[in-house]
Amino acid sequence: MGAILVCESVSVKYDTGFAVENVSFGIEAGDYLCIVGENGSGKTTLLKTIAGLICPAAGRVVLNGVRQNEVGYLPQQTPAQKDFPASVMEVVLSGRLGRGGRLPFYTKRDKALADGEISRLDIEGIKFDSYRSLSGGQQQRVLLARALCATDKLLLLDEPTSGLDPLIASELYRILENLNERGLTIIMVSHDVESAVRYGSKVLHMQTSKLFFGSQKDYAASDAGRRMLGNTAGGGAAYV
Amino acid sequence: MFELFRELFSYSFVNRALLVGILVALCAALLGVSLVLKRYSMIGDGLSHVGFGTLAVAMSLNLAPLQVSIPIVLLAAFLLLRISESSRIKGDAAIALISSSSLAVGVVVIAMTVGMNADVCNYMFGSILAMKRSDVYLSVSVAAIVLVLFIFFYNKIFAVTFDENFAKAGGMKTGVYNMLIAFLTALIIVVGMRIMGAMLISSLIIFPALTAMRVFNSFKRVAVCAALLSVFCFFIGIVFSFALDTPAGASVVLVNLAAFGIFFAIGRIRKLA
Ligand SMILES: Nc1ncnc2c1ncn2[C@@H]1O[C@H](COP(=O)(O)OP(=O)(O)O)[C@@H](O)[C@H]1O
Ligand SMILES: [Mg+2]
Repeated sequence: MGAILVCESVSVKYDTGFAVENVSFGIEAGDYLCIVGENGSGKTTLLKTIAGLICPAAGRVVLNGVRQNEVGYLPQQTPAQKDFPASVMEVVLSGRLGRGGRLPFYTKRDKALADGEISRLDIEGIKFDSYRSLSGGQQQRVLLARALCATDKLLLLDEPTSGLDPLIASELYRILENLNERGLTIIMVSHDVESAVRYGSKVLHMQTSKLFFGSQKDYAASDAGRRMLGNTAGGGAAYV
Repeated sequence: MFELFRELFSYSFVNRALLVGILVALCAALLGVSLVLKRYSMIGDGLSHVGFGTLAVAMSLNLAPLQVSIPIVLLAAFLLLRISESSRIKGDAAIALISSSSLAVGVVVIAMTVGMNADVCNYMFGSILAMKRSDVYLSVSVAAIVLVLFIFFYNKIFAVTFDENFAKAGGMKTGVYNMLIAFLTALIIVVGMRIMGAMLISSLIIFPALTAMRVFNSFKRVAVCAALLSVFCFFIGIVFSFALDTPAGASVVLVNLAAFGIFFAIGRIRKLA
């Protein structure tokens, strides 16, 4: 299948200093990569760089067989969004915009695709509800449906399960697993290392620079992985 | 009541104020939905103060007010947007500085030339007499352009308002649309400023959106409701202004405040029920 994404010595700098430093790795089509690491270790910054939101200060991100507008991105939710007056359908449809060319209005096909994703994620019942009235888990499904409207190749997720209770989170993981089995490449930033290792096929452990990159099995056996997993087994590691 | 309306419509200056004002109220409300949700309300406020400064300078140099103001306020829109995008926290302070400085420049220029007269009060708080026949064509065309562009780019404006990062990752040129929103806002502020007053025009942008959001839950409904409500409040405000001889802008704002109160109560009651 070949590499779908390669990061070559990517560094990203804010005025405060490097947030990502000299990170190189590559993933293949169909991979499920989990990016883990402590708070402030540059996970979000790296994901944004892959999404094309930030230009790296050095190095480059190469996409193979995916155009930039075929990347689906599920950002960390902002507080402003949680109270936004929008219907579920409005949000999901907006996923089609990057693909829609110059037309000012949505086409029949856009609407059909949005409906398809809505039924795939089992949110038909709330299609005309207001986004701000939904629970956290439902909001994430809506945002996922929107991202799937934008891509059938590469999906980027930033802490999709943060703030969800474990049952809802595991449902979301199952959905992602399903999508991945159907060939969608997934890159997920997660604070939940255990699940990351359970579901992911590859792991990237960030600490501004790359601490570990490799298969999930190797990670569980590595120093970095044992430390992280040991922490979570200890019970109080929701801070990661 | 009927008498009042007949008298109202018999004056051509009232008809002009109503025509331009209704278009401005409509556009301001539509843009306001996006500005309020993007937390860009400060930009509207800043632009109106810059607008006042340029109007004052144009007046004292005896230049055509709209033709001078439009390019300068557009430039200010570009700057203010840049400032608030680059650093959120310091951006607020920078916009406040630009606002008060423009106001100060305007007031000083007026005091040194024509003096603080009734015209100045009208510029600040609005006048139903403000629209000269020659202004109407330009104002109406500007408002029409704003309306058409807003409708044409409605879906994209929704996308950059709801989630700029997602839109950008999907390949949309979000910077262009942010700039479009800022430019359209600048145009509407300049055109509406003399009826509504420089101090009060930004409420025409902010109030209807906030009011509509109390009750409605989808972006389209909020936009439609804000637009209708804004036009309605503007009309009632002008009637008051005419009947009671109060400043036009201030009257419209008070009607908007009343509408907000009503919608706020409805929203609350609904939540309890
Ligand atoms: N917009 C920004 N401007 C300046 N510094 C930032 C910005 N965003 C993140 N940072 C800093 O970069 C570092 C990495 O942040 P981030 O990528 O959000 O980490 P993570 O997602 O792993 O918690 C942090 O130290 C953070 O303070
Ligand atoms: Mg993060």
